[in-house]
Amino acid sequence: MSRIATRFEALRAAGRKALIPYITAGDPQPAVTVPLMHALVEAGADILELGVPFSDPMADGPVIQAACERALKHHVSLHQVLDMVRSFRERDAETPVVLMGYLNPVEVMGYQAFSEAAQAAGVDGVLTVDLPPEEAHELVACMKAQQLDPIFLAAPNSDATRIRLMTENGGGFLYYVSFKGVTGANRLDVQAVQDKLNEIRANTDLPVGVGFGISDAETAAQIAAFADAVVVGSVLVKRVAALAGQPDQIPLQAPQVIAEMRAAMDAV
Amino acid sequence: MVTQVKSTADSVPLTELPDANGHFGPYGGRFVAETLMGPLEELRAAYEKFCQDPDFQAELDSDLAHFVGRPSPLYHAERWSRELGGAQIYLKREDLNHTGAHKVNNTVGQALLARRMGKKRIIAETGAGQHGVATATVAARFGMQCVVYMGAEDIQRQAINVYRMRLLGAEVVSVESGSKTLKDALNEAMRDWVTNIDDTFYIIGTVAGPHPYPAMVRDFQTIIGREARAQILEQAGRLPDGLIACVGGGSNAIGLFYPFLEDTDVAMYGVEGGGDGVDSGRHAAPLCAGRPGVLHGNRTYLMEDADGQIIETHSVSAGLDYPGVGPEHAWLKDSGRAQYVAATDEQALQAFHELTRVEGIIPALESSHALAYAGQLAPTLDSDKLLIVNLSGRGDKDIHTVAGLEGIKV
Repeated sequence: MSRIATRFEALRAAGRKALIPYITAGDPQPAVTVPLMHALVEAGADILELGVPFSDPMADGPVIQAACERALKHHVSLHQVLDMVRSFRERDAETPVVLMGYLNPVEVMGYQAFSEAAQAAGVDGVLTVDLPPEEAHELVACMKAQQLDPIFLAAPNSDATRIRLMTENGGGFLYYVSFKGVTGANRLDVQAVQDKLNEIRANTDLPVGVGFGISDAETAAQIAAFADAVVVGSVLVKRVAALAGQPDQIPLQAPQVIAEMRAAMDAV
Repeated sequence: MVTQVKSTADSVPLTELPDANGHFGPYGGRFVAETLMGPLEELRAAYEKFCQDPDFQAELDSDLAHFVGRPSPLYHAERWSRELGGAQIYLKREDLNHTGAHKVNNTVGQALLARRMGKKRIIAETGAGQHGVATATVAARFGMQCVVYMGAEDIQRQAINVYRMRLLGAEVVSVESGSKTLKDALNEAMRDWVTNIDDTFYIIGTVAGPHPYPAMVRDFQTIIGREARAQILEQAGRLPDGLIACVGGGSNAIGLFYPFLEDTDVAMYGVEGGGDGVDSGRHAAPLCAGRPGVLHGNRTYLMEDADGQIIETHSVSAGLDYPGVGPEHAWLKDSGRAQYVAATDEQALQAFHELTRVEGIIPALESSHALAYAGQLAPTLDSDKLLIVNLSGRGDKDIHTVAGLEGIKV
């Protein structure tokens, strides 16, 4: 069983929901990333989502765009991101790591070479924002051959047919994008998310995580009441950005928002 | 990932592409966030329905005739041909269209489609501002709300077009992210679209982006090639020996080329922005010097670094300053049906002056790249050979740029 499936099973047995923080690898500088990943686990993260910086992050709002720009000032490449995962694995063999990014860096490395390198580095899943299931067959085949979970994004306007298509091709969990928009926007309607999740669950056996627009502990707890996982990105990346001038403080202070969410989710 | 894609397109006639999923061989497709998949399918279905609809076609033809001013002339540039001492050059005068370029052929078509789909809000991206002006123009005419995304750098460089768009009632949004140019404006327009998909129609200005845009924009632009084909048959009694057009995203080029694809004796040359020279690295020539990748919803040739990050382009012409190119051009290149070359800034500027002086026509800097290549090719051919050059736009918008390069304050 994959590390992601194992983690979800353990959580289910314990009656808990997964908390999945997102950070952009190399933001604001490469040396911060691995210590921050460990600190997030200590703060209560169950799975880590590591963003691969891209020059043209079309699906992201201004917060994560700026994080990509900070990382790219240090020329953080996909190879380096894999090195970070390898380094993280030296001290943590348990916490699943999901890469989140855009297709082009993977295209340039080559699907097969990427899948092998990601497996070797200790990556568990890959979420490619601009790769819908229709275009994903080849990459999915390469990833599955390396026991990597391809994670698809479902949206408010994805119908049952598309959810089933994602389930057939995907693994790990399904990432439900809570509204029509970009990361970090303030458009979340908890009731609408819950309604849609009921519809999605009728068409998939995968755990369903919810992301986009979850910015405080209260909302995280509300979502955790019915979703299998809560994904938190922009609010954490904002803390990282605010501490960019004192990078030593980032692993100490930024995960606090995750610890608050953990406490609120577990109190439900 | 072209090497891994087994293409079935080799045996399919070029005119029957793209396939149902928008692929031209390994290129094209739909590489977008999930939220856009539904709207793209809705757009594809609406487009396929209305392009068969006689009422829609009649409305489009009427607007092209009375609002745009079509057909545009095919003009035999006799004096320039004589000076070059070779092939006869014919200019397809897209510069004489309303708003001064070929862009309006597409914006009229997409705006009519938006109206039929019940969308009240139009968005667009623009680099030099020509597509933004063409979009703001049709939005004004149809009484639609219009938002144009434009890189902060381009807003500085193209102040007159920014003012023109605002006069037409459009809101021009300055894009401050990334390199602050056309590619970033496209990213921002996509972000707007994904946020406002229920009431918004995104008018993409070139034959790039996710399916169905490359095919739809091409179809609206083929009026150029259809007219040119009939005009050259009437004027010269035969098909031309070659077609030449500049290629940024490639909409004017595909518009000219497409109706001639099955005329295998007609050579096709796409001319990219060579900037300081393709060997200098400072250029905008992905087909000549880039490699395949995925950006802005489609797989195509790109300007990128070894890590797959998109790199900044350079061209004296803002309309060619784009790191990608339409996927159909990528396929025409690989299949060998069209050839792609580059003209440098210097060569384009020389052609700009030459045509202005010899024919009394001030060409756009984009079109000047096509003219530069025509100026090289024509002298190598006999005087009974015929070349059609797409004069895709007029140069009024570039007067300040050209004067500035010569140290003249206008």
